Amino acid sequence: MRVLERLGHTVEFPRGQTCCGQMHYNTGYQAEAMPLLERFVAQFRGAEAVVVPSSSCVAMMRDHYPKMAVAIGRAELIAEVDALLPRVFEFSEFLTKRLGLEDVGAYYPHRVTYHASCHGLRNLLLGDGPMRLLKAVRGIDLVELQGLEQCCGFGGTFAVKNADVSSAMLAEKTTAVLNTKAEACTACDNSCLMHIQGALHRQRTGVKTVHLAEILAGEDGVGR
Amino acid sequence: MSRGGLDPKTAPTFPMAAKAMLGDAQLRKNVRHATDVIQGKRARVVGEMPDWQELREAGKQIRRHTMEYLDFYLEEFEANCTRAGGVVHWARDAEEARRIVVELVKASGSDEVIKIKSMTTEEIQLNPALEAAGIHPYETDLAELIIQLGEDRPSHIVVPALHKNRQEIREIFQREMNLPELGDRPQDLADAARMFLREKFLRVKTAVSGANFLIAETGGVCVVESEGNGRMCLTLPETLITIAGIDKVLPRFQDLEVMLQLLPRSATGERMNPYNSIWTGVDAASADDGLRDGPGVFHVVLMDNARTEILADEEGRQTLNCIRCGACQNACPVYRQTGGHAYGSVYAGPIGAILTPQLQEMHHAQSLPYASSLCGACYEVCPVKINIPEVLIHLRNKVVKQNTAGVAGLFDVEAGAMKAMAMIFRSERRFRATQRLGRMAERPLVRKDERGQGWIGWLPGLLGGWTQARDLEEMPKETFRDWWERRGRDGN
Repeated sequence: MRVLERLGHTVEFPRGQTCCGQMHYNTGYQAEAMPLLERFVAQFRGAEAVVVPSSSCVAMMRDHYPKMAVAIGRAELIAEVDALLPRVFEFSEFLTKRLGLEDVGAYYPHRVTYHASCHGLRNLLLGDGPMRLLKAVRGIDLVELQGLEQCCGFGGTFAVKNADVSSAMLAEKTTAVLNTKAEACTACDNSCLMHIQGALHRQRTGVKTVHLAEILAGEDGVGR
Repeated sequence: MSRGGLDPKTAPTFPMAAKAMLGDAQLRKNVRHATDVIQGKRARVVGEMPDWQELREAGKQIRRHTMEYLDFYLEEFEANCTRAGGVVHWARDAEEARRIVVELVKASGSDEVIKIKSMTTEEIQLNPALEAAGIHPYETDLAELIIQLGEDRPSHIVVPALHKNRQEIREIFQREMNLPELGDRPQDLADAARMFLREKFLRVKTAVSGANFLIAETGGVCVVESEGNGRMCLTLPETLITIAGIDKVLPRFQDLEVMLQLLPRSATGERMNPYNSIWTGVDAASADDGLRDGPGVFHVVLMDNARTEILADEEGRQTLNCIRCGACQNACPVYRQTGGHAYGSVYAGPIGAILTPQLQEMHHAQSLPYASSLCGACYEVCPVKINIPEVLIHLRNKVVKQNTAGVAGLFDVEAGAMKAMAMIFRSERRFRATQRLGRMAERPLVRKDERGQGWIGWLPGLLGGWTQARDLEEMPKETFRDWWERRGRDGN
């Protein structure tokens, strides 16, 4: 929010928004996800650009909303989804691809490592966009994460349905994070961060997780 | 020596089986090492191909077209194979396929067979059926031999003994081949297997193979392999029996141009397979003068075993495009932790997670579609672009429909929770009320840490899976929504 306003944009927050429906859809409850698509369209149809601070939500919309709209079968909904989706951006994607920015004037004097969330990496093809944004941050000590492309093991309900395997995957990820000696791990997806943070806290590592937007919002004197 | 096969009908659920595997440090180390090595090799040889993405697209289009006209190409294959002197049999299911093969082996007059590595024979549990009929099967692929002698089960569709390391293989060979002095260098192990198998190649009169591809245009069959054991099995015996799923057909000989680039690079990280065998029927001319070139009798068993059911499902049918390269297994972070046995099926990893339940017509293996974090690594490496995450989600929907059908469905805890949440998400008022309620409900579970931040270290029921290895931060005192509104009011 602060980043976008600092860049001179007017930010609105439609109060009626709730959830994109990914958890339902990916767990097999497609019928329950359908009304959430309609809700999303109703909330955001007037926006010039919709900026979403979570790569997996955007992946859900891009990969599944069009066929969900077809399944619902209302012509005007199909048309609205088609018209709205090109205006939906993941946060870092909005900055790098829509606005063509790398340096957003941020200051963050900490040692940081970046985790590439699967949906951002493979579904949205964010590539090195987030890394370029981070490299332009003043004061940052950016360290590369080994096994960058490996899933952290969250996977929505996977984390509870297959808790043991998920924990094993997470252990590999947190080991990689700790090996970087970073103070903070960042990503474009709060769900991955919540997952990684859960283990980092359980192990009392002192390493925290911060969303990319929190780093980019950092300013001299204000930066945390 | 019979071994208990991997049977999805009786296998434990994936989370249960996985738990046992996670406790096996040696197995996990072996699997991680092997998948790292193969992935590295694959990445190198894929990276050197400037047109890899176009090749993948071509592979996808060929497979999709084939499935669309499968009936046509199967009949074309049958006609051309028959014309070339092969005998084509059709098997509706595993049971019928087993019966046909057993009868054909008996008719060949042999009570033993040499086998080329074939996942289809594993799928139908052919070896136990042969043994029950008094026929001894000898696996001739090195990894399959290790599995057979060790009374083990395959854990990978290309490298079935990937879960074993050299020392473990040496122990099996020492014991089963009676070679107490055997060393554990790859050379030692390969020499031992070679000595053991040579005698079988020269003696056994009947061979059983699978097929990588059936070529409709020529009636030919293609098998690719790395060790030369396949070439031996395809040329030395008098009778050759090939068993193949009906999905293995390719329209034209020229389609191999695409497939034989995609398959070896994806499967073993090789530019080309060391042995590519293609044979068409039998060599009738040479049989007459007694100087036989290759088997004099060739049978091919075309097996359905639920494949037409899969074909009928518009969203699931891309599963049949699979060319069994195993790249998805090597790339999968779940498979990497558990190895193949946890999947309770000869088809493990991401492809197993979609293929196995569909081969069971969704009557078994319902936990497999959930054995994935949907990270998409499988789709990224698939040489024929099967969108495995999409099929996983489709199958999850089928499982949910099964679980929520009828009266019992009304009491399904997960379904109840999902429906409740969907109702909450449909209303801003309910959403905010739930946030407030959540803050109250979590209070007894929240503990302050050394920084004074509240965390939850234990959750009940289904959610307990989360807190077994992770903490959960308490809900914020002020939600984003509250902050946004306060900010609007205060004007900053």
